[in-house]
Amino acid sequence: MSAVGHAPVNNAHDDHGHHHKETFITKYIFSMDHKMIAKQYLFTALIMGIIGITMSIFFRMQLAWPEESFKVFEIFLGKWAPGGVMSQEVYLALVTIHGTIMVFFVLTQGLSGTFSNLLIPLQIGARDMASGFMNMLSYWLFFISCIIMLGSLFVESGPASAGWTIYPPLSALPQAIGGSGLGMTLWLVSMAIFIASSLLGSLNYIVTVLNLRTKGLSMTRLPLTIWALFVTAIIGVVSFPVLLSAALMLIMDRSFGTSFFLSDIYLKGEVLHYQGGSPILFEHLFWFLGHPEVYIVILPAMGIASEILATNARKPIFGYRAMIASILAIAFLSTIVWGHHMFVSGMNPFLGSVFTFTTLLIAIPSAVKAFNWITTIWKGNLQMNPSMLFSIGFVSTFITGGLTGIILGDSTLDINVHDTYFVVAHFHLVMGISALYGMFAGIYHWFPKMFGRMMNKNLGFVHFWITIIGAYGIFFPMHFVGMAGLPRRYYNFTSFPYFDDLADINVLITVFTIITAAVQLVFLYNFIASIFYGKKAPQNPWKSNSLEWTTPVEPIHGNWPGALPTVYRWPYDYSKTNENGEYVIPGQDFVPQNVPLQENEEELGHGNVVGNP
Amino acid sequence: MTVFLIIIVVALFAITVWQLSKIYQLSRDTNTIDSTQVATDKDNKTQGNLMLAFGIAFYIFMLYNFWNFGNRALPAASSEHGADYDNLMLISMVLIMFVQVITQGLLHYFAFKYKGRKGQKALFFADNDKLEFVWTIIPVIVLSGLIIYGLFTWSDIMDIEDEEDPIVIELYAKQFSWHARYAGEDNVLGKANVRFIEGANTLGVDVSDSYAHDDKVTGEIHLPVGRPVIFKMRSQDVLHSAYFPHFRAQMNVVPGMITQFGFTPTQTTDEIRETEYMVDKIDQIGEIRRERSEELMAAGEEPLSDYTEFDYYLLCNKICGVAHYNMQMKVVVETEEEFNAWIAEQQEFIDTIESEDTQNPADSGNVEGEEVAQVEN
Repeated sequence: MSAVGHAPVNNAHDDHGHHHKETFITKYIFSMDHKMIAKQYLFTALIMGIIGITMSIFFRMQLAWPEESFKVFEIFLGKWAPGGVMSQEVYLALVTIHGTIMVFFVLTQGLSGTFSNLLIPLQIGARDMASGFMNMLSYWLFFISCIIMLGSLFVESGPASAGWTIYPPLSALPQAIGGSGLGMTLWLVSMAIFIASSLLGSLNYIVTVLNLRTKGLSMTRLPLTIWALFVTAIIGVVSFPVLLSAALMLIMDRSFGTSFFLSDIYLKGEVLHYQGGSPILFEHLFWFLGHPEVYIVILPAMGIASEILATNARKPIFGYRAMIASILAIAFLSTIVWGHHMFVSGMNPFLGSVFTFTTLLIAIPSAVKAFNWITTIWKGNLQMNPSMLFSIGFVSTFITGGLTGIILGDSTLDINVHDTYFVVAHFHLVMGISALYGMFAGIYHWFPKMFGRMMNKNLGFVHFWITIIGAYGIFFPMHFVGMAGLPRRYYNFTSFPYFDDLADINVLITVFTIITAAVQLVFLYNFIASIFYGKKAPQNPWKSNSLEWTTPVEPIHGNWPGALPTVYRWPYDYSKTNENGEYVIPGQDFVPQNVPLQENEEELGHGNVVGNP
Repeated sequence: MTVFLIIIVVALFAITVWQLSKIYQLSRDTNTIDSTQVATDKDNKTQGNLMLAFGIAFYIFMLYNFWNFGNRALPAASSEHGADYDNLMLISMVLIMFVQVITQGLLHYFAFKYKGRKGQKALFFADNDKLEFVWTIIPVIVLSGLIIYGLFTWSDIMDIEDEEDPIVIELYAKQFSWHARYAGEDNVLGKANVRFIEGANTLGVDVSDSYAHDDKVTGEIHLPVGRPVIFKMRSQDVLHSAYFPHFRAQMNVVPGMITQFGFTPTQTTDEIRETEYMVDKIDQIGEIRRERSEELMAAGEEPLSDYTEFDYYLLCNKICGVAHYNMQMKVVVETEEEFNAWIAEQQEFIDTIESEDTQNPADSGNVEGEEVAQVEN
């Protein structure tokens, strides 16, 4: 298969060895080089992340110390915090935009955008993406959508405030909440552009993985990062257009008087003309994307963690084919479980039964993955680099957060924890924190590839330990707040006395939030300082097998100075020994993918089915 | 607690400064290629030990959480299906905590046990069909059990058509208050639509429908203990969600359609007030409020009201606007006699409309709505 795919590509890119003159603009701004675009995604996502996390500090402060006056609110929120006291309107706006930014702009594009662009060509042995221009377009559309989303923060009537799920009618009617005016319009426009960007990117990733693999690199010899990013792109192509159609219909309901989602509404003393629509239809459309979206976020993190765990454990990933199968199973199931967000939405209870069934099924491939990761580090020789720590942390939070999914995915149990802090704790651990760990792991691991320098490991250790302690400190106690029946998206819990005894837990959570957010500054310092002053990186600092480490330290256009490398083996030949107990290459516990099979060496049964040269 | 946290913050800050100065020193010579930023045996040892320490600390933290916060979870259910719910929740909780303890233990222990050492050889262990079969099939079996139990309970809860002699109550939601409409003598709700909203008819009940005449609109829910109740829910503006945490009941309220949920209360308000759980909880909250009141009075502000009696409540649990956090209604579960006495006092819908026609007080409905939203603090 790959033998067919790679041939024309070599010809097409032969001239890449010669540099054509590049100006500052073509090199750093309107770049078509996948490595530069990856960095652009990363920087944009980091900036969005800083904004999103700052917002969460603000509303956590309001929750811990309700209606107290803070100078910082006065500075940042202005008229929305008269006298430094956060207003109800801006509380909801912060919650909404925090969710939107973190899910879409940080975790989707920060992970998928950054690492697909960086790793796909480098790990499959390609000169660049299939279409460099489309790739550039994808980034710049993403950039525009970021600008529009941030611009919506400065709208007179406030940014979107109907929750990141923007359920109509609340999101459709400016009379119902101020944020549903211009703020919501900008939110929808921004997301529509975001979706276009995501589609352009995803199509490019799919085509590149299918067609541009180098000689000998069959699908069953791909690193798991590529498998994960490839499948993520497919899920994106399948589900994002559905969100676009939901957004378009919502735009029509808002601006052109249609009634897709609205019916029988009496607001502010008058009956509105809407008739015959259903808000539940919107919920279906939204979650048809919304649920696959959490896998779009988590699959790249899974791929990154798999790769880093194997490399640093100096062991092959356990159950390579089972890992691929579970990625595919998760991807398939992810598109038929959306209804578990809607058990108590008023849809037919029979549908609830079906979705309970499919939802709990998805626990099976997830469990297989978790067991395989644990087995991967068993009897390894673990190199505790910061990226490795974050990968282990990823497995830990993925298990902790994933297990409570068994409760939420059960329609019966969901009745009483639905929309409480139990849900907030669950999804922050399983997709928020886990995906962030995946992202940090990826940044620490591939930083030398991106910038040719090393990040400081000691700062990395400090960053990791405080982050993991803090993150559990935030989200583990939060489960209990949910079990006490406290609904989410409440501006305060003190309007009636029943929840007064939860106040100390809320203070605890907020203190952990501030500590955890503060330690991210250490990461930022390390990241920025290392770009300029970091130690020069060796070519293959982590002694890894995959192809990206065969390129020169200083990135060049076209990636490899000479011919493209040929692949002879899967990427996980770590600590492989001959019958006499010696390493395959004496004195070296890893065998890069471009090293031919040695004398007497047997290719152990994983990737030799298709395309074995 | 707070002092402890402040100490942590200061300590972490100090570590940060120390590390920052270190990186500054290290970073001065940047142009030689070296591998000093790759983990050494010393790093592996430190970090591996920290992994074990963290694993243990995580166990302790989980225990601490269950010990200290576990008792603040909701009390035992006050509804018939709630007992099944609690049972299923307990089984699931035990199960997931079992898996959690084992997997986290293995993960952190392995990270400690197999930390890298020079000369240590990792085991080339790429595949084992038997192992993978085992840990695929175990989740399959366990989850099948959970799914089956869950689905039976779910269909019991949701299948409310065959309830015997239920009371039918309409729950009516709007920004930011709840109303209840009892179906009256005939136990049939009159038709309604937002287009009928006018004056005192704030729920949009169809005056021409004779079933509506004996309906009773109230600002509180009273339920006789032991009798099934079916809530038919309507919203006039945006999505709301009717959440009765103590009865393990929740359903979204959707404009343009009628959603429903039914349950049978098993414990009266008086009974739950006397449970050990509730007595303790009220004491605890009373203490917290007294302390807070003293602080407030010292600052020259008004003290908080006392909280001496628990009442069931209905909360809004779907974001519905700025005052979402303060949209609730009192629920009273009482004996059949008490209930009958209470319902007899409520005004029939037709009387409300007729008295409005004679007196015509402007916007009486809105005044009522305001009162419900402003719950005393």
